[in-house]
Amino acid sequence: MLELLWLVPALPFFGSALLAVAGGWCSRRVLTVVGVGSVAGSMIVAGLVGFRFLRSVHSDPVYGQTLWTWMGVSGFAPTIGFHLDALSLVMMLVITVVSLLIHVYSTEFMIDDEGYRRFFAYMNLFVASMLTLVLADNLLLLYLGWEGVGLCSYLLIGFWYREPVNGQAAQKAFIVTRLGDAALAVGLFLLFARLNTLNIQDLLQRAASQWSVGSGLAIAAAALLLGGAVGKSAQLPLQVWLPDAMAGPTPVSALIHAATMVTAGVYLIARMQGLYNLAPSVQTAVAVVGALTLLLAGCSALVQRDIKRVLAYSTISQIGYMFLALGVGAWTGAIFHFMTHAFFKALLFLSAGAVILSLHEEHDIYEMGGLRTELPVCFWTFVVGAASLAGLPLITAGFYSKDGILLDVWASPLGGPWLWAAGMLGALLTAIYSFRLVFVVFFGERRTAVGSKPGRAMTLPLVLLAGLSLVAGYVELPKLLGNVHLFNELLRTVQPVTEYDNLSTGTHVALLLFTMVVALLGISIAYLLFLLRPGLATAVAGTGWGGALSRCWFEGWGFDRLYDRLFVRPFLWAARVNQDDLIDQVYRYVAWLCRLLYGALHRMQTGQVRWYAAVLATGSIAMIAIVVFS
Amino acid sequence: MTTTASLPLMQGLLLAGLLFGLGLIGLLVRRNIIFVLMAVEIMLNAAGLAFVVAGARWGQADGQVMFLFVLALAAAEVSVGLALVLRFYREFNQLDADAACRMWG
Repeated sequence: MLELLWLVPALPFFGSALLAVAGGWCSRRVLTVVGVGSVAGSMIVAGLVGFRFLRSVHSDPVYGQTLWTWMGVSGFAPTIGFHLDALSLVMMLVITVVSLLIHVYSTEFMIDDEGYRRFFAYMNLFVASMLTLVLADNLLLLYLGWEGVGLCSYLLIGFWYREPVNGQAAQKAFIVTRLGDAALAVGLFLLFARLNTLNIQDLLQRAASQWSVGSGLAIAAAALLLGGAVGKSAQLPLQVWLPDAMAGPTPVSALIHAATMVTAGVYLIARMQGLYNLAPSVQTAVAVVGALTLLLAGCSALVQRDIKRVLAYSTISQIGYMFLALGVGAWTGAIFHFMTHAFFKALLFLSAGAVILSLHEEHDIYEMGGLRTELPVCFWTFVVGAASLAGLPLITAGFYSKDGILLDVWASPLGGPWLWAAGMLGALLTAIYSFRLVFVVFFGERRTAVGSKPGRAMTLPLVLLAGLSLVAGYVELPKLLGNVHLFNELLRTVQPVTEYDNLSTGTHVALLLFTMVVALLGISIAYLLFLLRPGLATAVAGTGWGGALSRCWFEGWGFDRLYDRLFVRPFLWAARVNQDDLIDQVYRYVAWLCRLLYGALHRMQTGQVRWYAAVLATGSIAMIAIVVFS
Repeated sequence: MTTTASLPLMQGLLLAGLLFGLGLIGLLVRRNIIFVLMAVEIMLNAAGLAFVVAGARWGQADGQVMFLFVLALAAAEVSVGLALVLRFYREFNQLDADAACRMWG
């Protein structure tokens, strides 16, 4: 059964190839079957493999499969090989399940689009790339998946390419993530040059035996990999591409945010955990980057008007939580939050997409309002997603994953009260902005008439994801609330699970209660500000300071403008200065010299035969004279 | 054998050189293309004379053989040259060689 592992990334890849090559002759029905069926097949295989793997995971925690050697160049022989352990198992299952639901949803969402075939070809390739990334057993194959994900995000963000704005957003995403990719590539070169292998397990072993903790090489390599992770996962300072990436169709946003692209960075750091253990300073940097991103993006999410941009900033902030967890050494906590986040963020995006579709492409939340009764399925699923995002205590998955991270941050020697406070503030912001969406979009008076209502293909994934957003948390419960540790027990086979015995029961209770109170407080503030007294928020935004701050948040803390000043404009200036290429001057002088010589020589060519004869005779005489007299 | 030996080398070559120089001067200074052709003939004959003289000096037949070649060449040259002159006259209505200087660039 485990030998079928290669089919997991291969099926969507073949689906994509089939759609691209032969899709032109197929009807929509066949396209749907191929596009969704390949991902469904991949999920079934992943489920079978996962089931078989889980039965023997504690005796045999790693399964490797090598298909063939990619290339062999004097000692450099990366393979096309897959590596299955608890970490890649969780990633693989979440990716296939969420992707399948998004694909099913897309069959209705995109049904009237002329690019139906193109859409599914890209989506399948996206899923295949991400699965390659998480299953790769060496960093080069991982990099292949990494770049494939980047390519697909470019193609899908610019899916409606007739609008120039969408093309610009796609380019922005591509170029910004490329910065991180360049760092990652340099990191790979460094690792290979020093350790002479790219196989992840060998690499980590050799690094641990050859490098000491805190050595310069380990720090450099870890920092370069962090650069790559920051680019793909849209963390500070490369977060600017993600809000603009909303230009693509909504299922694409759901896929990018929940199951693929942005979680690649989290996976990379979790996978290279051994390397980060050797570079504690970089690991602290991971935590700080996560905490800062979490706060900045949370503030920006508070003031956006476009429903998808709110969710985009929310993703940046939630990925910040995962980075925070990775940074303090709560490896399993980060992956747990990745899992629950995949469910509820996909749910939120798909639900928002259904709302947008029903309102004829209306994105502004202040044009929505009062949709509670008109779109009950969207309303209830969205509320579940928002509650999970906000961490509504006890009943939602988001609460358990976020609470786990916050506990770890408090107790870990790498964490501490400051990072914990940042996480808490982030949790408050999260609760406020997620319920701001609920109250503004679904309550109050109706402002736009509802067109079509979502059909079965769209509501079914919503309901399933809502269910997952509620129950997924019960696989891992804190000590005081059931003490279930299925998830950690599974991941313990690959990653150390840190348990903090220094945490007294009293502190534990206090932290738990604090998390609950903060979530409820955030929801109450949202209720107060956006439903009970809507004038209050506008009044605050109307004052001088409040207005300036909310404008700053709205523009994402002005990072776009900063980068425009720092990089784009100097680049354009240099291009303008150099538009008649400086190096061209050299060749211009060469051309001038040739012209000069030509001007001198062309006078000899008069066409006068007698002149030619005279020259010929003179020349002959001169030659003979030289021969005779020398 | 005896008669050829009496042919003086120096005078013969001087005459050939003189003729060649006259032909060259004619070639350079005459503008009428027929005269140019005639000047070329003179130069060819001068060269032939030099061959004959040299052949006589060394008692070899090669000089005379070369002269026959030169004559044949001259005949060919004149036929082509006159044909060119006819085309030239049709084109320009005159025989001034300088009129054909179309090649200045």
